[in-house]
Amino acid sequence: MTKFIAKRFLLTLATMFVASLAVYLSLELSPGDVAVKVLGPYSTQEQREIWNEAHGFHDPLHIRYFRWLGNTVQGDFGESTRFKVPISEILWPRLGRTALLGAMVFLIVIPLSLTLGMLAGMKEGSLLDRFISILSVITTSVPEFASAVLLAGVFVFWLVWLPGTSTMSNGFSLREMILPVMVLVLYDFGYIARMTRASMVEVMTRQYIRTAVLKGLPYRRVIVRHAMRNALITPFTVIMLQFNWLLSGVVVVEFFFAYKGFGGLLLEAALNKDWFLILACTMVSVLVVVGAQTVQDIGYAFLNPRIRFK
Amino acid sequence: MTEILTRQRAYLQGLARFVRAIALLRESTAGMIGAGLVVFWVLVALSAPLISPYPPNANQVPYASPMTADPQGGIFLLGTDHLGRDILSRVIWGSRTVLVYATLATLSANLVGILMGLAAGYYRGWVDEILSRIGELVLAFPVLVLYILIISTIGSSGINIILAVTFVSAPAIMRIVRGLVLEVRVRDYIAAAQMRGENPWFIMLVEILPNVRGPLVVDGCMRMGYVTITIGVLGFLGLGLPPPDPDWGGMINETRSMALFAPHMTLFPSIAISSLVLGLNLLADGVREVSMNA
Repeated sequence: MTKFIAKRFLLTLATMFVASLAVYLSLELSPGDVAVKVLGPYSTQEQREIWNEAHGFHDPLHIRYFRWLGNTVQGDFGESTRFKVPISEILWPRLGRTALLGAMVFLIVIPLSLTLGMLAGMKEGSLLDRFISILSVITTSVPEFASAVLLAGVFVFWLVWLPGTSTMSNGFSLREMILPVMVLVLYDFGYIARMTRASMVEVMTRQYIRTAVLKGLPYRRVIVRHAMRNALITPFTVIMLQFNWLLSGVVVVEFFFAYKGFGGLLLEAALNKDWFLILACTMVSVLVVVGAQTVQDIGYAFLNPRIRFK
Repeated sequence: MTEILTRQRAYLQGLARFVRAIALLRESTAGMIGAGLVVFWVLVALSAPLISPYPPNANQVPYASPMTADPQGGIFLLGTDHLGRDILSRVIWGSRTVLVYATLATLSANLVGILMGLAAGYYRGWVDEILSRIGELVLAFPVLVLYILIISTIGSSGINIILAVTFVSAPAIMRIVRGLVLEVRVRDYIAAAQMRGENPWFIMLVEILPNVRGPLVVDGCMRMGYVTITIGVLGFLGLGLPPPDPDWGGMINETRSMALFAPHMTLFPSIAISSLVLGLNLLADGVREVSMNA
């Protein structure tokens, strides 16, 4: 097991390294000089040269790359050309806010979708199953921006219960979190619920479930002790994959509700060609996704001994 | 002559199988509803010049002030937008943009992904190694982050959206195809074809691909739903197709800041895109259900 985990971690590091190289190179090849972005379109060629010289842009590519990599590993991401401050000053608070948003979403999505999926999968084809299945297919079909528009329409403009933006300008406000969380939950829960249902349906057809029922165990006990344990392996992997989708959804939601989080920062960086900020944000998001994948692999092996001993 | 006849017969048989496969969809209510929604939007897109009451980009200010929600006695059924354009016409014409780009992008992603997957699964060895590593690298990025990076780097245009979707989705398709190919490649008929000395690509495309098409059709439907959402999201983030031609995501982006007093401008494109994606997802469900029973 230790060897397996060590191997996974090495693989994670390798992926991160290659990803950083790929992003760095693609930014290098993209049109538009960083100096022009910083100094503005009316700067003279001479000014740009001086800026490039001062910031080490005349060094060969590999030297610049490894200098950036070395600094990044030490937590120094460089300076944002748009916000004119060191990136670590804006990145961490923003990331924290998004982590909070994500945590709230997960806190609601996981129990909700697992429960609904279990209930639906317990008896395939029942009325409850149909209702839950239809609900989950509808909610996953409505894109986040559309549900944001619809929910904002209902709760902000029609009922006037909730604020329409989540800028948190007057400090933290739980009320401002409700709509972003709701939009993300609505989009995300259906997929996990469907996966849980499918897994549960499959488990319920197994021999040992029939045995447990036939030997006279109470139905509740069959579900909780026998079915649930095995049915939860698939949803676990799916939940880990949700980090990827959540990071995508977060961009839309933060943009829509003007929530000052990581997704919004990334979008702004990309739109403004804020070179080092793009690099920093991308690497953080890759770390989250790859990290989640690693945890998923390890957790899967842990939950499912059959994989471990292969 | 006989060869032509056999070929024709094979073609007719294939056609009959295809028709039967579609008829099978009747078994699934969800699939029928999905197919209905998709067919509805396809018909709307095809007949856009006939059914759209006004040109999509023409402003109707002489007849209705901008942002009118009221149908004006049935003249502007869904009202007008912030530039005084008829929303119904824009939604109708927008379906063309969305369907054309979603279809092309999904097809292109599938083409690349299937070829990569076939090669990886059939050749194994270093080909598999390289392709799988590339795929892993692409899948290490959050999907939307990748889209934003690509589009903000190469600029937003129809062709670039197709390229971006291909780049992002092909590795996922490759993984699915690769897994399916690994199962099929050990069958006897593949060994027979190899024995006959067939070209590897002939084996992959003619012997293997038709036998793994089922899951790919289901995946294709769902993927087209994702791609539709993606095109919408890009439009919504302002990275989509350039104005003034309507696309649903872009329509929402243009008008969302005015949603406070004119919510109808964002509502209708939202319903349009959601119903199309719902149709594709239900269709995928139906196809899966039917193929499992068949």
